[in-house]
Amino acid sequence: MANLDDLYREIILDHYRSPRNRGELTEATSRTEGFNPLCGDELVIYLVVRDGVLEDIKLTGHGCSISQASSSMMSSAVKGKRIEDVRRAIDRFKTMMTLHEDGAAAEPAAEPDLRSDGELAALAGVVKFPVRIKCATLAWNTLTQALDEATA
Amino acid sequence: MSSFDPRRVRIDTPVFSRVINDRPIVYLDSASSTLPPRPVIEAMDRYYSGHHANVHRGVYQTANEATDIYEGTRLDVGRFIGAPDPRHEIVFTKNTTESFNLLARSWGAANLQAGDVVLVTEMEHHANIVPWFQLQAERGIEVRFVPVGDDFRLDLTDLDRLLAGVKLFSFTAMSNVLGTRNPVAELVGAAHAHGALAAVDAAQSVGHQPTDVRGWDADFVCFSAHKMLGPTGLGIFWTRADLLEAMPPFLGGGGMIADVRTDGFVPAHGPTRFEAGTPPIAETAGLRTAVRYLTGLGLDEVSRYEHELTRQALDLLASSVDDRVRVIGPADTVDRGGVFSLDVEGVHPHDVAQVLDQYGVCVRPGHHCAKPLMRRFGLAATARASLGPYSLRSDLDVLVEALNAAIKLFA
Repeated sequence: MANLDDLYREIILDHYRSPRNRGELTEATSRTEGFNPLCGDELVIYLVVRDGVLEDIKLTGHGCSISQASSSMMSSAVKGKRIEDVRRAIDRFKTMMTLHEDGAAAEPAAEPDLRSDGELAALAGVVKFPVRIKCATLAWNTLTQALDEATA
Repeated sequence: MSSFDPRRVRIDTPVFSRVINDRPIVYLDSASSTLPPRPVIEAMDRYYSGHHANVHRGVYQTANEATDIYEGTRLDVGRFIGAPDPRHEIVFTKNTTESFNLLARSWGAANLQAGDVVLVTEMEHHANIVPWFQLQAERGIEVRFVPVGDDFRLDLTDLDRLLAGVKLFSFTAMSNVLGTRNPVAELVGAAHAHGALAAVDAAQSVGHQPTDVRGWDADFVCFSAHKMLGPTGLGIFWTRADLLEAMPPFLGGGGMIADVRTDGFVPAHGPTRFEAGTPPIAETAGLRTAVRYLTGLGLDEVSRYEHELTRQALDLLASSVDDRVRVIGPADTVDRGGVFSLDVEGVHPHDVAQVLDQYGVCVRPGHHCAKPLMRRFGLAATARASLGPYSLRSDLDVLVEALNAAIKLFA
C-alpha cells in the first residue's frame, strides 16, 4: 500500500508552504504557460536565457502541493545552469516519474544522477500515486516548452 | 408504504464491502456516479445469461425477450418521470451529454438560425454549454447566461430581460457543484411566457427527488441511468411526442431508418429514429431494475432523508473543522441537495482528496465540468462530497475526521 508519507515528504511541504523563485520577471526572454486541464493547475514560467545559460527563472500560478513543490524545486535546481545541463535534468526527472512496465517505481537510490539533483529525489514517491504524476511533471513539461521558445 | 432504510440500501450495494487503505469505503461521490445495488447488477447478469439477442431484429424467442426488456424499460422509465406517452417520447442515448448533443444537433439545427438565442445558466455542466457554443460557432446563434448570485442561487432579477427573444431556455434542476435546486416549474413557465421552449438537465436530481416532466411542463428533459443507481453507458432524452416527431435524425445508421435505397433513405418514426446501431440493451435491463428499486424506496422518502443528512453535514462542516472549510453552496437546506463543494483553507482540493483517500473517503477534486461557475467564484477547483440513498451519518463523521487530518498535515 502506498503510504501518504511517501508523497508528502517534509521537504515537499516546505516548498509548498514557501515556494522559491515566485513572481514575474519583467526582463524575461520568454514567458510560457502550462496547464493541467483536468485539475485546473496553472503555471507561468519566466526565463532569462543568455549565452546558453538559464540566468534567471521565476514562476507564478496555482495548483496542488505536488505541482507547486515540483515547480519550486525545479526552479532551484535549474537556475544558473547551462541549457544542456537543464535539459539533462529534465530528462532525469521525467525518467524518475516513469513507471516500469511491471508497475514498480524506479528506485531513486540506484540512479546516481538523481542524487546530484538533491532535493528532487523527494519527489520520487509521487510515482506510487499514478494520478499525481501529471502534477509533478507539469512544471518540467512547461520548462521544456519554455526552453524551446527561449532558444528558438 | 415506503420501506426506505439507508442501511438496507447499503447492505444491498456490493461496493460497500470494499476496504480501502484498511478502512471501509466511505463513498461520497454520488454526484459523479451512484453505486448500483445488487438487483441492478443481477438484472444485467440475468439478461446476458438468459436473454441476450439483438433488439428489433430476430423473430426467435430470446430476440423477442431482449426487445421486450428494451421497450419495457422505455415504458417504465417514462412512467417514473411522469411522461404521458413514453413509447413516443423516450430516446435512449449514451449519457446526459449525448442527450444534450441530440437536443442541439437535431432540434437546435432544425430550429435555430443565426441571431437566435439560447439561454442557459452560469451553474450549468459543460454538457449544457459546449453544444450551444458549437452551434454558435457553426451558425451564429447567441448563447446567454443567467447569472448566479452570491447566495449560490440563480439571480432571476433580470430573467424577463434575458428571456427576450429566446428560443430555448436550457437549465439544470440541480447544480452538480453547489447542490442548489432550481425552481424548475417556475423557470419553465417563464420560458413559455416568452414563447421559448424549456430543457431541463435532471442528471443531478433524478436519483434524489421525484421527477415529474408533466408537473414541470418541460419540453425536453435529459438524464443518465448511472446517476439513479443504474449502469453507465445509458442516457435518457425525453421530449413531447409532437416535438420529437419534428426532429431530424442525429446519428445515421442501422435501426433508425424506415427505408434505405441506393438513392437515399427515409428515417423511422418515433424514438428509434434517434437510436442508430445496436443500443445498450443490458444497461436498459439494469435501468429497469434501478427504476423499480428507487420506486420501492420512494423518492419522497429518499429526498426527505437526504435533506436531513444535508442539514447534519452543513452543521458538521460549520462546527467541526475549525472554520477552515468553506462550503461553496447554499448554507441553509432550503432548495438544496446533498452536494458539498469544499474549499479548504491552505489545502488544494487534490491534496484534500488524496488525504481523504487514506481514510477510504471517496470525493471528487476538480472543476466538476462547470468552469464558468468555478470562475464566477474565483476558484480553480473544489473537493466535492455528495450523498446518495445509502449515505449515513457515520460517513460524515469520517469525512470530518479526514478533513481535519488534511488541515493538520498542511498546517
